[in-house]
Amino acid sequence: MTTAAVRAGARPASMAQALNRALRDAMAEDPAVHVLGEDVGALGGVFRVTDGLVKEFGEDRCTDTPLAEAGILGTAVGMAMYGLRPVVEMQFDAFAYPSFEQLISHVARMRNRTRGALPMPLTVRVPYGGGIGGVEHHSDSSEAYYMATPGLHVVTPATVADAYGLLRAAIASDDPVVFLEPKRLYWSKAEWDPEVPEAVPALGRAAVRRRGTSATLITYGPSLPVCMEAAEAAAAEGWDLEVVDLRSLVPFDEETVCASVRRTGRAVIVHESTGFGGPGGEIAARITERCFHHLEAPVLRVAGFDIPYPPPMLERHHLPGVDRVLDAVARLQWEAES
Amino acid sequence: MTVLEQPGSYRPTPPPAWRPRTDPAPLLPDAEPYRVLGTEAADGLDAGLLLRLYGHLVRGRRYNAQATALTRQGRLAVYPSSTGQEACEVAAALALQEQDWLFPSYRDTLAAVARGLDPVQALTLLRGDWHTGYDPHEHRIAPLCTPLATQLPHAVGLAHAARLKGDDVVALAMVGDGGTSEGDFHEALNFAAVWRAPVVFLVQNNGFAISVPLAKQTAAPSLAHKAVGYGMPGRLVDGNDAVAVHEVLTEAVQRAREGGGPTLVEAVTYRMDAHTNADDATRYRSDAEVDTWRGHDPIALLEQELTARKLLDEATVAAEQEAAERMAADLRERMNQDPVLDPMDLFTHVYAEQTAQLREQAEMLRAELDAAAEAAPASPEGTQR
Repeated sequence: MTTAAVRAGARPASMAQALNRALRDAMAEDPAVHVLGEDVGALGGVFRVTDGLVKEFGEDRCTDTPLAEAGILGTAVGMAMYGLRPVVEMQFDAFAYPSFEQLISHVARMRNRTRGALPMPLTVRVPYGGGIGGVEHHSDSSEAYYMATPGLHVVTPATVADAYGLLRAAIASDDPVVFLEPKRLYWSKAEWDPEVPEAVPALGRAAVRRRGTSATLITYGPSLPVCMEAAEAAAAEGWDLEVVDLRSLVPFDEETVCASVRRTGRAVIVHESTGFGGPGGEIAARITERCFHHLEAPVLRVAGFDIPYPPPMLERHHLPGVDRVLDAVARLQWEAES
Repeated sequence: MTVLEQPGSYRPTPPPAWRPRTDPAPLLPDAEPYRVLGTEAADGLDAGLLLRLYGHLVRGRRYNAQATALTRQGRLAVYPSSTGQEACEVAAALALQEQDWLFPSYRDTLAAVARGLDPVQALTLLRGDWHTGYDPHEHRIAPLCTPLATQLPHAVGLAHAARLKGDDVVALAMVGDGGTSEGDFHEALNFAAVWRAPVVFLVQNNGFAISVPLAKQTAAPSLAHKAVGYGMPGRLVDGNDAVAVHEVLTEAVQRAREGGGPTLVEAVTYRMDAHTNADDATRYRSDAEVDTWRGHDPIALLEQELTARKLLDEATVAAEQEAAERMAADLRERMNQDPVLDPMDLFTHVYAEQTAQLREQAEMLRAELDAAAEAAPASPEGTQR
């Protein structure tokens, strides 16, 4: 799925392994990096992303905290005030909600409140999204809540290479980053070489995953594989779709998105998050404001329904799939062209 | 389902021995708030400390009066006064060493001033020209915190980080009685105890959370008793006895410094003024109650001790009052000057590196400001640099 060519040092790795390697490399490189969260020690995290860190770096660097998300993030704020670079693990998307007051009232504002005297170089890792058969409170797409909070970066990888690179970039950032890890891609595998220097990209840059001319699919995180598959299927119908992986919701790479839409003239935004109040609304508004005269059709959204996340036996009806994406592409007013 | 595969084959074994993980007895607070002034314990007190506390209290009371007056004159947006609580505010500042950190709430500007912060900088938040008017690193004072108790986990994290680095740093975090009902109070105390972080939690129980009395906050025997549940000592102290608060806090700070872990201190005091200038205290408490506390005033109590020991002559009183008046006059004069604001600062510190979206919005505001300046070039308002 990545556009990078397979290299000599590349070998199959899962996204969870790439994230683990990113944490290990960051901790080895910078003694200020501390990992803290629930079950991140001996267990290695419920998704094994912190596997082996406590053995390698000790309990002071990789800490099993009491089970209290506000306390975890609140103490991480204090640690960051003292010059550490905490990497907090929230166990699941919906388990992060108790930490919102710390995130919104302190993490996001501390730099601004103190005119830069107290930056918050901390990373909050949040496994998010559905498609893993999780029972209630284990599958939320909470990105819109974070996006609505000025002062945060909101980043989400969709590929194994990006999982490594973006997490390294997030930890290195002097600003707080909410790092959303698509749960259902944790075990996705790709040929990947962590030694290549370009593995750490700048935050805030989208990636064009597939070049195309007919329309642009704009997506991120768990929906990228869906869009790639849809693009392949669409090719059979004569549509040559471009696929943009945002990678970063904040900052938003308007330049890449708008350049693509100006080229293709049509856009569909695909995400699991609710449509109403979801990221797609903001993206569609920006495209309409900036690219109106290039548009051949209204910008469409393929999103999760505006419902609480469904129970696992019904989630397949909720999640945007290939067919729903293709249906949206078909509604992009092609008849007007002929 | 039964665990007995063969009836009669089950041989019970006793569960692992149970014992309390910590002996609760030494953690319990005293039966009554600890007092020094007016007791035998006052006999051996260092005269220098008493006079130092006295000077701080007199200036603190004057500071509260001046800030309240500035609010009436429209120079402050709001002022939550600590009149009546000066002993706690001053003792908190004096219990700390240079390298330690203070974590104040919005009512604790006096503690920040007593620690050495410029009063104008301490009042910036309440004047409204910026959220934090000082560099927290300069005096190691965290930003004044408004969301109740949310600064407590910060204190724990900072103290924990300092200890991990091997630095000799203690954090003292201030919260009110209302704040003890917040979840962050619980989480901060629990983390501090588990990590044995060098933190002191000072609860100023001033009787009210705005209008709600303590009885509606908690059914605990005292707020200090809450410490026992976390496995840390709880100390109950008379918050209007400056010497007692100073002693208890100094001991707790020392204990934290020596690796003994956190302490919860409840200082029983009283908020003599309303919650803020915007509040009407007559709606929820009686004048008689306020008068009772007027009879237990922190400055009068200390003055009495000093007078009885012939440590306070008229010249000293006059000198302290004069120092307080000078401080107030200086504060008044500087607060009467309009702050110089640059609206473009709104965008400067949101991120380390400004996003494209913010650059665009900053340009929009810049253009609006330029247009306004062009339309009214001789504007006397002059709030732009």
